[in-house]
Amino acid sequence: MGKFDNHGLKAISPLGGHEPREDAFAGLLIREVTDRALASLAARQGRLEAVHSAAESFLGGALPEPVRWRAAGEFAAWWMGPDLWMVSAPHDSHELLAGELKQALGEAGSVVEQTDGWCCFGMEGARCFDVLERLCNANVRAGKAGDATRTSMEHLGVFLLCHEPGQRYSVIGPRSSAGSLHHALVSAAKSVI
Amino acid sequence: MIINHPILGPRDSQEFTYLGDASLIDRPDWQADNAADQFCDYLYLRDNPAGAHRELWFHEQGDRSWLVVTRNTVTHEILNVELARDVARARGRSK
Repeated sequence: MGKFDNHGLKAISPLGGHEPREDAFAGLLIREVTDRALASLAARQGRLEAVHSAAESFLGGALPEPVRWRAAGEFAAWWMGPDLWMVSAPHDSHELLAGELKQALGEAGSVVEQTDGWCCFGMEGARCFDVLERLCNANVRAGKAGDATRTSMEHLGVFLLCHEPGQRYSVIGPRSSAGSLHHALVSAAKSVI
Repeated sequence: MIINHPILGPRDSQEFTYLGDASLIDRPDWQADNAADQFCDYLYLRDNPAGAHRELWFHEQGDRSWLVVTRNTVTHEILNVELARDVARARGRSK
């Protein structure tokens, strides 16, 4: 548990609610996801191999290849760019994820706390393709499970993680624009369904 | 216009922003005796070819890598795309 647990304050979700928001449509559920801690991991110059081996032993699995994401146990990681990844873990058990990751990597990598910088929407249901293809450039119908694409929706840079093609996705965007991203997702869903 | 990203494959140019001539990689040595002259040329002089042109593009709505794109300024055909860091390192920069 984090050291700031006894402040008596109640956290709100990126959309401002006390509980994660859910929007249900016929064949699609859009759900705000608030239970993951995030930290970015960049390999320092010339230390790529050291980062790969340290991250593999910390995460219990190799860092993903370009445009891919992977879950191993309670950790997940996705590729963000050359020598750059985002690592996620359950917030309740890994509130201090960035610190833990930095301990594991030492001087080989640079780690930045990202938890409150992003919002995440889970999309589930048979209408995912119809909604996503109206929102972004990513070739979702050709996508495979484990794809992690950075693309833009509603003029916002977002990550699109594919769990199951056509059925289950995560859309991760900037937290300060959570309302706009949510509006885009819901508007697209309403126009299609 | 489609840019064939060296890591990600073909991507729409809408995802990219344009900076300018790739000669910006060759930043002069500020300690050289004629640094002021070199920087004047570096800042203000550009070739304006009708044909193949090497230029810097940023994949802003993608993996945020800098690219050196060789583009035909007459036809807009993209002839070659490289990671800018590979180009810079090949020229002895960013060691």
